[in-house]
Amino acid sequence: MASTIKPAKDLNAVRALIKKHKKNDRLFSVIGIFVIAALAIALLVLFLDLVIDGYPKMNLEFFSNFPSRKAEGAGILSAWVGSALVLTVTFFVAVPMGVAAGIYLEEYAKKGWFSDLIEINVANLAGVPSIIYGLLALGLFVYEFGLGTSILTAGLTLSLLMLPIVIVSTREAIRAIPVHIREAAYAVGATKWQVTLHHVLQYAMGGVLTGIIIGMARAIGETAPVITIGALTFIAFLPPAPVSEVMPFINFNWLDAGFTVLPIQMFNWISRPEHAFHINAAATGAVIIILTLLMNGLAIRLRYSIRKKIKW
Amino acid sequence: MAQKKIISPGLKKNIRRNFLERLIELSLMLSGLAAVLITFGIVYILVTESLPFFDAVSLKEFLTSTVWTPLFERKNYGILPLVSGTITITGIALLVAIPLGTITAVYLSEFATHKVREIVKPILELLVGVPTVVFGYFALLLVTPLLQKIYPDLPTFNMLGPGIVMGIMIVPYIASVAEDAMRAVPMAMREGSYAMGATRFQTAVTVVMPAALSGIIAAYILAVSRGIGETMIVAIAAGQQPNFTFNPVESAATITAYIVSVALGDLEHGGIGYQSIFAAGMVLFLMTLSLNILGQWTRKKFTERY
Repeated sequence: MASTIKPAKDLNAVRALIKKHKKNDRLFSVIGIFVIAALAIALLVLFLDLVIDGYPKMNLEFFSNFPSRKAEGAGILSAWVGSALVLTVTFFVAVPMGVAAGIYLEEYAKKGWFSDLIEINVANLAGVPSIIYGLLALGLFVYEFGLGTSILTAGLTLSLLMLPIVIVSTREAIRAIPVHIREAAYAVGATKWQVTLHHVLQYAMGGVLTGIIIGMARAIGETAPVITIGALTFIAFLPPAPVSEVMPFINFNWLDAGFTVLPIQMFNWISRPEHAFHINAAATGAVIIILTLLMNGLAIRLRYSIRKKIKW
Repeated sequence: MAQKKIISPGLKKNIRRNFLERLIELSLMLSGLAAVLITFGIVYILVTESLPFFDAVSLKEFLTSTVWTPLFERKNYGILPLVSGTITITGIALLVAIPLGTITAVYLSEFATHKVREIVKPILELLVGVPTVVFGYFALLLVTPLLQKIYPDLPTFNMLGPGIVMGIMIVPYIASVAEDAMRAVPMAMREGSYAMGATRFQTAVTVVMPAALSGIIAAYILAVSRGIGETMIVAIAAGQQPNFTFNPVESAATITAYIVSVALGDLEHGGIGYQSIFAAGMVLFLMTLSLNILGQWTRKKFTERY
C-alpha cells in the first residue's frame, strides 16, 4: 500500500487520492448490487417465462391426461405418477442409508484410514456428474442385476445421487451437537445406540430433514441419469396400483413397470419442433420448478429457524 | 465378562445389549461402506463395459481422430469433437460465471451487511435448486432467440446460448465457495489494512483476495468440473451432432450430450453404440475426477493455513 502513496507535498493531492479510492469503493458497491440484482432477475424471468408460456395448459385435465400425439389434449398423468413412484423408492433407499452412514462417520468411526477412505469417497461422489450415475445404473442395475428399465432401477439410480447430500447434511447436523449432551446420557447408563437414537438424532433431526428435502428436490428435476438407463419418453399407461382391495392390500408389481418422469416428459416436448408442444413443456417445467422452489424454500426456512432457535 | 462362571440376570442382559450394539454398529458401517462401493462400482462398470470398445478401436485413433461417428455406416472413433464441444461451452460458461461469481462473493463477504446477506444467500440457493432441464428450456427458447436478434446468422442449436445459461447456473457455486474462503480470512488482516487507511475495496483486492487465493481458485476448478459434467442444457440447446470446432456460434455435441442422444435411441446391449457411451463416460469421469481432486486439494491447503 505504502508504495502507491508517494510522500505528498501537496495536501490536495492526498485528498484527491482518498476521494478517488472512496469513489472506487462506492462504484464496486453499485456493481455488486447490480450483479446480484441481475441474478435475482434471471431467476424471476426463468420462473415467469415458464408460468406465462405454460399458463394456457395449467388446468386439471393436464394432470389427468396421458401424453398424446396431439399437443392440445396431452397431459402429464403418466409423468407425475412415475415421478411420485420413483421418488418413493429413492426416499426409502437413500434416507436410511444416508443417515446411517452419516451417523457412522460422526459417532462411531474411529479416526483412521477406514473413515478417511469413506470420507474421501463421499466428497468425490458429490462431484461426480449425474450422467455417470446413469451409466453405472445402466451397466449394473439394468444389465448385470437384470432389473431392466423399471421404476426400481430409476429409484435406485436417483438414490445414488441423493446419498452424498443426505450424508453430508447428517454429518453437519450431528457435528453441531455439543459433547455434554452425549455425556449426560452416558452418565445415566445409556448405550451408544441409545445415546445416538434418543438424543443425538433428536437434536440433529432439523438438519437431517433439511438435507433430505434438498436431496429430494434435486431428484425430482434430475433428468440425465434417468434418460441414460433407457426410460421411455412416451408412456400412455400407468404402472399397477401399489394398493389393492384384496389381500395383501399392498403389492410391489409397480416396481417392475415401465415409466416416465416429469423432467423427461418436459425434455421430450422441448425436442418437438411444433410450438404447441413447447407450451406443454413450459407447463411441465412450471410444475417442476414450483415443486423444487417450494421444497428448497422450505429447506432454507427450516435451516434458518433451527439456527435461530437452538442455543446450546 | 464372559469368563465369569455365574452370570447374573443383569449381566445376561448386558450380553444381549452388547450384541445388539455391535449389530447396529455393523449395519451403520455397511451403510458407510456403500459410498466406497459406489465409487468402485463406477470404475468397475466404466472399465469393463468400455474394454471391448478399446479392443475394436485403437487408443491412438480414439485420442487423435477428429471425427466421431460410431453409429454411422462409415465408423470413426475420435473423441476430439466431443471434447472440443465440451471445452467450448464450458469456456463460455466460465467467461460468464467467473466475473459474476467473484464479484458476488467479494460483495457478500466484504461489503454486504448481515441483513443483505441473509436475503441474497437464499436467492443463490434457490438458483442452485433449479433443475437443469428447465435451464435447457430457457437456453433454447428464450436466450437463443434473443441472441438471434443481435446476431441473425446464429443457428437454433449453438454453443453460445447454452454456454451463457450454464454460466448463470454456475455463478452460485463459485460465489458460495469463494465467499467461504474470503470469510475465513482472519479479521485482524482486514483491520491492519483499514488501519493503514485503505478502503474496503482496496482491502478486498490487495489483502483479502490474495490471502484467500487458493480457496477462490478451488471454486473456479470445481466450477469447471460442474460445467463439463452438465448434461441437459447442452443436450437441449447445443445440438447433438459431434462437430470439431471451437466456434461458439456453431452447433456441437458435448460428451454428455452424446451419451444422452445414444441412450434415447434403441440401445443394443453390447453393441458398439452401447460400448461407446461407456468409453465417452470414462473420459468424462477421468476429467471431472481429476478436477475435483485438484479442487479439493487446493481448498484443503487453504483451510490448513488459517
